[in-house]
Amino acid sequence: MSARYFGAAVTRVEDPRLLTGRGRYVDDMEFPGLLHAAFVRANVAHGRIRSVDTSDARGMPGVVAIYTMADFASIAQGPMPPMAPHPLLPTPITYHPLAVEEVRHVGEAIAIVLAADRARAEDAAAAVMLDIEELPAVADAVLAAKAGAPRADSRRPSNIAATMKAGFADCGAVFANADHVLTESFDIHRGGCHSMECRGVVASVDPHSDVLTLSTSSQSPYMVRRHLASYLNRDESQLHVMTPDVGGGFGPKANVYPEEFAVALAALKTGRPVKWIEDRQEHFVATTQQRGQVWTLDVAFDNDGRMRAIRGHCVHDNGAYAPYGLILPATALASFPGPYALEALDLTVDVVLTNLVPTSPVRGACRPNAAFVLERLADRIARHLGIDRDEVRRRSFVRAEQMPYLTGMKARDGSPISYDSGDYIAALDLVLDKVDAAGFEARRAAAAERGKLLGLGIASCVEDTGLGPFEGASVRVTPAGKVIVSTGASSQGQGHRTAFAQIAADALGVELNDVTVETADTAKFPLGISTIASRIAVTAGSSVELAAQKVRAKAIAFASHKLEVSEEDLELEGGAVRVKGVAGLNVSLSEIARTLAGNAGMGLPGGMDPDLAATAYFNSTALTFAYGANACEVEIDPETGDVRVVRYVVVHDCGKLINPLIVDGQIRGGVVHGIGNALFERMIHDEAGQPLTTTYADYFLPLASEMPSIEVHHIETPSPRNPIGVKGAGEGGTIPAAACVISAVEDALGADAPFIHLHPISPQQVMKWIEASGSQSQEVAGTP
Amino acid sequence: MKPPPFQYHRPQTREELGALLANLDNVKILAGGQSLMPMLNLRVVAPDHLIDINRIPELAGIRETTDGIEIGAMTRQADILASPIIRDRLPLLARALEHVGHIQTRSRGTIGGSCCHLDPSAEQPAICAALDAEFVAIGPKGRRVIAAADWFQGMLQSALDDLEFLEAVRFKPWAKGHGYGFAEYARRHGDFAISGAAALLEADGGGSITRAALLVFGVEEAPRRLSEAEAALVGQNIGEIALAPILDAARALHPMEDVQVTADYRRHLAGTLLGRAVREACVSREQRQ
Repeated sequence: MSARYFGAAVTRVEDPRLLTGRGRYVDDMEFPGLLHAAFVRANVAHGRIRSVDTSDARGMPGVVAIYTMADFASIAQGPMPPMAPHPLLPTPITYHPLAVEEVRHVGEAIAIVLAADRARAEDAAAAVMLDIEELPAVADAVLAAKAGAPRADSRRPSNIAATMKAGFADCGAVFANADHVLTESFDIHRGGCHSMECRGVVASVDPHSDVLTLSTSSQSPYMVRRHLASYLNRDESQLHVMTPDVGGGFGPKANVYPEEFAVALAALKTGRPVKWIEDRQEHFVATTQQRGQVWTLDVAFDNDGRMRAIRGHCVHDNGAYAPYGLILPATALASFPGPYALEALDLTVDVVLTNLVPTSPVRGACRPNAAFVLERLADRIARHLGIDRDEVRRRSFVRAEQMPYLTGMKARDGSPISYDSGDYIAALDLVLDKVDAAGFEARRAAAAERGKLLGLGIASCVEDTGLGPFEGASVRVTPAGKVIVSTGASSQGQGHRTAFAQIAADALGVELNDVTVETADTAKFPLGISTIASRIAVTAGSSVELAAQKVRAKAIAFASHKLEVSEEDLELEGGAVRVKGVAGLNVSLSEIARTLAGNAGMGLPGGMDPDLAATAYFNSTALTFAYGANACEVEIDPETGDVRVVRYVVVHDCGKLINPLIVDGQIRGGVVHGIGNALFERMIHDEAGQPLTTTYADYFLPLASEMPSIEVHHIETPSPRNPIGVKGAGEGGTIPAAACVISAVEDALGADAPFIHLHPISPQQVMKWIEASGSQSQEVAGTP
Repeated sequence: MKPPPFQYHRPQTREELGALLANLDNVKILAGGQSLMPMLNLRVVAPDHLIDINRIPELAGIRETTDGIEIGAMTRQADILASPIIRDRLPLLARALEHVGHIQTRSRGTIGGSCCHLDPSAEQPAICAALDAEFVAIGPKGRRVIAAADWFQGMLQSALDDLEFLEAVRFKPWAKGHGYGFAEYARRHGDFAISGAAALLEADGGGSITRAALLVFGVEEAPRRLSEAEAALVGQNIGEIALAPILDAARALHPMEDVQVTADYRRHLAGTLLGRAVREACVSREQRQ
């Protein structure tokens, strides 16, 4: 049967509910006797806790209890389990649910206050007297990596938590015979994720069953269950975790957080439901951040612009804890060599502890960092040789006929990384065509007439997606003939319900609105991992397809038996199995489901198994590689240094599109994230680790008014590595975007301007570059 | 981000408001709330009493008077922006209001609230300074009219005393067909500006400038009129303004500095933006003749 929904730009089934205020988020959950939590948080970046005096605060109106970690000793104690243990971190660096002895960043939770409402809880939190002996803090990873720097964690001998290496072949030999070698340093700044909904969790204990239930705004409810069960020494059957509607995740909500544990402990201790809703100020100091890295790289290349080898070093700002192990720096390394067919690579990353909020993956997860340095190096080579930037790429990219291409690198599990399919040069050609690169110089000249500097930027990327091992799905037909899809994959607004329903509806010949999708409730589906790494379409999407096909086969077998017609002559259409070409000869899914639901004393027809349902776990054993080529134009006001992105064009290949509308939205949102990284978002700390940008008046999250319209064009190269031919699409917009914008800014500033090695850039920095390059227009006296 | 405890009052008349101010200590007046509510939620202010003046109808409205225009302190920015009277007679105010926040915040934010809060980067008090507005205050002794030159007492500090409230702002419009210009630079639309500038010009039939106002804001603690440069403009021909001394005047100021923006950059912007405002004023005067 041909696909009716798969590939169609179906409007999202989630939207009418979410857009009319009928979404149900953690904060919408009410319980009798609910207590509201606020946290007492560290006000210094590094210090030894001498005492926490709650005596005044405990007596304040509405306050029910104030706990520190010591108060939970009878329930659980010790540091939280690591989410991703790593041999290079034999001693995990994880939080306690509430800080014990030492605090290591501003915002670390020390005590939990429970009160009748949040305002009273905050009043009391402000009245808790903290006596903290301030210890030397280090807020800069490069300084922290130096000998003699203050130690971010007093227990550890060095701030360098781990040194990771990656590479292949003999760099020395390639550098020795390359025509050119250049060295550049890059400084990529730290920023946040800033999902519209902050984090939040509500915990309650059923007094009859003793089941602890958490509703949490998380990308990883099953990880919360796994690690909290282990911490509490409970069987997983006694812990029920679900995610209601979640207003964005973008990576940080994949972590299991101290607040989730502390709220659970408080509910167990009091026996009452406890809710904590992170406010935006807390989000700035307690939700993981990302991207702080300083790279120094040598690149070897030939006279024709072919990039041949890269070697170098990275200082990775890990922050104060490593709840997610070394996933983030490992991802930075695994993102090389990007689209470039390098002969050799030799990289080292020092993972450095600082007294700042921990870093963990944020949309792109260090892939944008790798794309930034690779694309900047390609631009640098072009500039050095005086050839076009696209020529460097054309001569250096992996070519279509090399697919599948072994990059030389290894995946997380040690298997060789092999790009599955794609044509990176075709994508570059297409984006240059779509942006009308040929007409750019005329546009630049026209802008100059208006006193503006116009620049064209390009950037490409390859993105590993579909990270294994699995997300499962079950598909079940109810006696009414409706279809229930259930999966452990949590959703943060990506449109999973629509996409999965499209897949199931096609397989079962029903309408989209006959399908209900349930996500991420440990009571409804037994296993799940995380919605991360652009993996859900590949893993859960494939599982929905496999489970739905099993149900389809069962329905056909049933109908074949009942109608005494060969299976080949049957098809699913209109909610029934029918005989091809014979009107009226059919069996409805409803009848099959009712029959297979069983009747007392009656056998099932044809000796079939009960229930018109199936479960599947697609085991994603090899990554799928999406890729993209971007081009953009920026306009600079040479009198203010203002940079405005005026055009942005994306060519993206994520294999088969389940729903182009959803993919386009993912790409556009991703580009906005990248433009924010390039031009706006800067998380500033002073030398003592105090954050200085903790409101949106100071931290410039981009607004729609500053964004260009973003054109998206697709190439569809089906992935051979899963049954539906898809690759991930959640991060491909972000990965090359900062590199693309910076490439355009540098182009606008002209050949005499300095090479740009950092982001975000500010207008005053741009003014300095303009002054340095002499491209400032002269102020003219008189009227225009 | 919940406010500390306070007692809430909602007077219905100016008299009730005056009585509350006379009898209560540690008071904050809630106008449109676009600055005060975040400040409360961030706990940077902790008043014992919050007096909500949104239900005093006499405090809102735009009136043409015999010698000008009076805008009630509680008039919403969106209503000022939509007013044909303002567009016709105080076009600089309308021009600047387009840069104030967003449509949602302008629907709540008031001119009086902004003029009493006095953020150095706020557009409305800056325009009041450019137009030599008068601030009508009501206190225990009755009404008091405060000239714009006296209104600004420093960072976030107006000339109101603790027992007074702002009733209205009075403007004397410039001659019909005057030139006006406004320019500001903010990282995102609707943000408080890093710097901004405004210019007003009148000229005679031969194009000789007869009156000028030049102002920069967001640079020092309060909006700054450049009176020497204004005086130097009078008598110049509007088609041949010597712009360089004006820019020099803007760049001779002592700008504020913060973690994002250096004084040098603010100084540079002040000159650039004032130049743009003056050019725009020249063009608008020509178009409005």
